[in-house]
Amino acid sequence: MSTQVVDIEKNAATWTRRHLLDLESLSREEIVTILDTAEQFRTDTANCRNKLDVLKGYTIANLFFENSTRTRTSFGLAAKRLGADTVDFSSSGSSLSKGETFIDTAKNIEAMNVDAVVVRHRTPGTPKLLAENLGVSVVNAGDGPHEHPTQGLLDMLTIRQHRGSFEGKTVALVGDIAHSRTARSNIWGLKKLGAHVIVCGPSTLVSPLWEKLGVEVAYSLDDIVARCDVLNLLRIQFERQYTRPFPSVREYALLYAMNRERMEKAKDDILIMAPGPINRGVEVTPEVADGPHSVILDQVTNGLAVRMAVLWLVCKAGAAE
Amino acid sequence: MTSTSTTSNTILIKNGRVIDPSQGIDRVTNVLIQDGKVAGLDVNEESAKQAAADGNLTVVDASNKIVSPGLIDLHAELREPGFEEDETIESGTAAAIQGGYTSIGCVANTDPPIDTQASVEYVRQKAVRANNCNVFVIACVSKNRDGEQLAEIGTLVEAGAVAFSDASHPIQNSNLLRRALEYCLMFDKVILSNPEDVSLNCDGVMHEGLTSMVLGLAGMTSKGEDVMTSRDLRLAEATGGRLHLMNISSAGSVELIRRARTLGLEVTAEVCPANFILTDVTLRTFDSNYKVNPPLRSQDHVDACIAGLIDGTLDVIASCHRPRATEKKMQELDLAPFGMSALETTLSLVVEHLVNPGHLTWTQVIEKMTINPARILGIQKGSLKVGADADVTIIDPQAEWTLEAAGMESRSANTPFIGHQMRGRAVQVIVGGEFKLGEPQTSSEGASCHS
Repeated sequence: MSTQVVDIEKNAATWTRRHLLDLESLSREEIVTILDTAEQFRTDTANCRNKLDVLKGYTIANLFFENSTRTRTSFGLAAKRLGADTVDFSSSGSSLSKGETFIDTAKNIEAMNVDAVVVRHRTPGTPKLLAENLGVSVVNAGDGPHEHPTQGLLDMLTIRQHRGSFEGKTVALVGDIAHSRTARSNIWGLKKLGAHVIVCGPSTLVSPLWEKLGVEVAYSLDDIVARCDVLNLLRIQFERQYTRPFPSVREYALLYAMNRERMEKAKDDILIMAPGPINRGVEVTPEVADGPHSVILDQVTNGLAVRMAVLWLVCKAGAAE
Repeated sequence: MTSTSTTSNTILIKNGRVIDPSQGIDRVTNVLIQDGKVAGLDVNEESAKQAAADGNLTVVDASNKIVSPGLIDLHAELREPGFEEDETIESGTAAAIQGGYTSIGCVANTDPPIDTQASVEYVRQKAVRANNCNVFVIACVSKNRDGEQLAEIGTLVEAGAVAFSDASHPIQNSNLLRRALEYCLMFDKVILSNPEDVSLNCDGVMHEGLTSMVLGLAGMTSKGEDVMTSRDLRLAEATGGRLHLMNISSAGSVELIRRARTLGLEVTAEVCPANFILTDVTLRTFDSNYKVNPPLRSQDHVDACIAGLIDGTLDVIASCHRPRATEKKMQELDLAPFGMSALETTLSLVVEHLVNPGHLTWTQVIEKMTINPARILGIQKGSLKVGADADVTIIDPQAEWTLEAAGMESRSANTPFIGHQMRGRAVQVIVGGEFKLGEPQTSSEGASCHS
C-alpha cells in the first residue's frame, strides 16, 4: 500500500471541504482520500530533514482553549513540515481571562490574516461556531467529548498500515466512552470503512443507545477480548466527570486494564492502541503498553502525517474558494 | 411603544368570530366596549351609536378575524430589576402587546429577586408607567430565592403579588415546598413549581438521549422532571395546597399529572411552544438559541405534550419568555444561558403547530391562553362577560408575516424562529378599553362610522 505513489495535488484538487469539523459528516471516499494523502506525506517526510514547501506563505493558527501537549505539538510540526508559518495561542495567556468571548478572540486572530485555525476547546460544537463566524478554514483538534477527527484518522491509518483493510475486522474501544471524543470519531470512521465496532466499559460510561448506531455494546472486556483484532484503550477522563461513575480506579483497573492475563486470551496478532496520554496501570499495564503488540508510538508518527494531510487539503480548498 | 389612548370611550368590534370559552361562546357577533369595560355582546351598530353618548364611536371591522378575551401569559421573565441588558418591564410588556397579550404574570428571575414588598411595588409601578399590558407579579416562594426559608408571603400578597414561584430556581428542599403549599392556603394563592431535580441534571445543556450522546453534550434526563413532578403532586395531595406545574416537557410527567387528576387532585400544568414544537435534534446546529430549560426533548416527549394539550392534562400554554442578551447567547454552549424570547412568537406558533394541524380547536387554544391562566392566578381577567375589563385581542388567523430581529419589541432576539414564516397574529390589542396595537385610523375607516 505504501509503495503506491499518491498524487497529493490530484487529491487536493478533488477535495472540496475547507473545514474539518468531524468524521460523522465525511464520506468513506473522503476518509480514504485523507488516509492516502497522509500515507504519501509520511513517505515523503520519512527522513525528517525532508521539509516540504507546499504550504509556503500560508499561516496556520493553533487556538488551544484547553490544555494539550501532543496534539498541539503535532499540528504545529505538521504545519512547519509543509512550509507554513504558525502562530500559537493558548487560553492561559490570553484575553479570555479579561472577559473576551472566544469568537472575538478568534476574530482578532483571523484579522491577522491567517489561512486556517486549528481549534481545541472543552465545549462540543465550538469549531462549528468558529467555522460559521470566521472566513478561514477551521480544523477541529478536539471539542469536548464530541469529536477529535484527526485522532480518529490517525487511529485508522495505523490500523490500515498493520492490517491492510477494515472489512471483517473487529475493533473494540475500551473505557470512558461517554466522555471520549476519540471514541466518537473512531466509531463514525470505522463504521464507514466497514469494521465491526465494539464499545466496552462500565455501564455508567457506556450507553446502550450506541446500539442504535450499529455499534456493539459490551460491559465485560474478558468476554470480548478473544474476538478483537484491535483494542483501542481510552483514557479515563477524570476531568469531565461530575459524580464519579465507578467506585475506584483500582476497581476500574481490575475490570478493564489490558494486562498480561487478558493478552493471553487475545488473538496472536492483536493490535494494542491508545490515544494517550496513557494512565499506566489503569487502562493498560506497562508490559502491554511497551510490548510487541503495542503500536502506540506508530499512532504518534501517523498523527503527524494525518495532520499534514488535513492541513494541506483544507488550505487548498480554502484557497480555491 | 407609544401610549396612544383613543379619544373615543366607545368601541364596537363588529362581525368578528367571538370566542369566549369562559361563557361558552363561539359565534360571529359584535362586542361593545364602553368606559374600559365590556358593555355588551350582540349589540348592533345603531344601538352602539346611541350608546355612545357623545356620538363618538370607533368601529372596528373584525370580519374573518377572531375576537378573543385578551390573551394572558401565565408567566414570563421581564428581567427588571437587575438584568436590563436582557429586557426591561417596558420592553417586555411592549413585546407582550405585539404578541397579543393583554396581561402577563411576571416571575422573580430578577436581581434582587422579588421577595419584598418594595420590589413587588417597584415592578407594578414600572408596569403602570410603561402603560402597555397588565402585569401581575409572581413573587418568590423563598427569601432571596435560595430555596431555604419562606419569603414573607403574607406581606407580598398585601403588596399585590398574585402567586408564588422560585421560577428558574427549582425548589429542591421538599420541606420548603410543603410549608409553602400549606402557608399559601391561608391566602388562597397558588405555588408555581418548576419540577426539576437539579442533582440529576449536573451541568447538562440539553435533553439526555441519542442526540446528546452523539454530540458529546452533557444531558438532562427527563427523569429529573418526572421525579420532581411526582414529589410535587404528592405534596399537593398531602397539603391540599394549590399547585401549578410550570414548564412541563416530559412524557413521564404528563402521564403523572393525568393520573393524579383522574384520582381527583386539583392540580394544573402548562407547556410552552418550544416543548411541543422542537426536538433535541435541533441542537445538532450547536445554536445556543435552542438551549432552553426544560430542554427540547425527543419526538416522543413532544408528542406526549401535544396529547396532554388535547386531552386537557395541560391546562395552559405559556410563553416561558426568557429573553437573554446576544452577547450572553454568543458564548460556547456550556456557558450560554438557557432561554428563548417567546412573547412575540407564541400565538403564531400555536396557530401553526396546534390549530392548523387540527390538534386543538380555537376554543381550546383560547381557553388555555385566557380563562385558564386567569383562574390559576386568581385574577379577574380572561372573559368578555358584560362588566369585565375590556381586554380584547383580535387575531387574524391567516396573516402571514416573517419574524425579524430588528422588528422585535423585546430587547433580546434569542429565538431560533428569526426568519421563520409565521401564520396568524394579533392585529389589534385593546387593554382596558384602549388600543395598544392596531388603533384604527379615524380619518379613513372611522369616517363613515362616525355619525
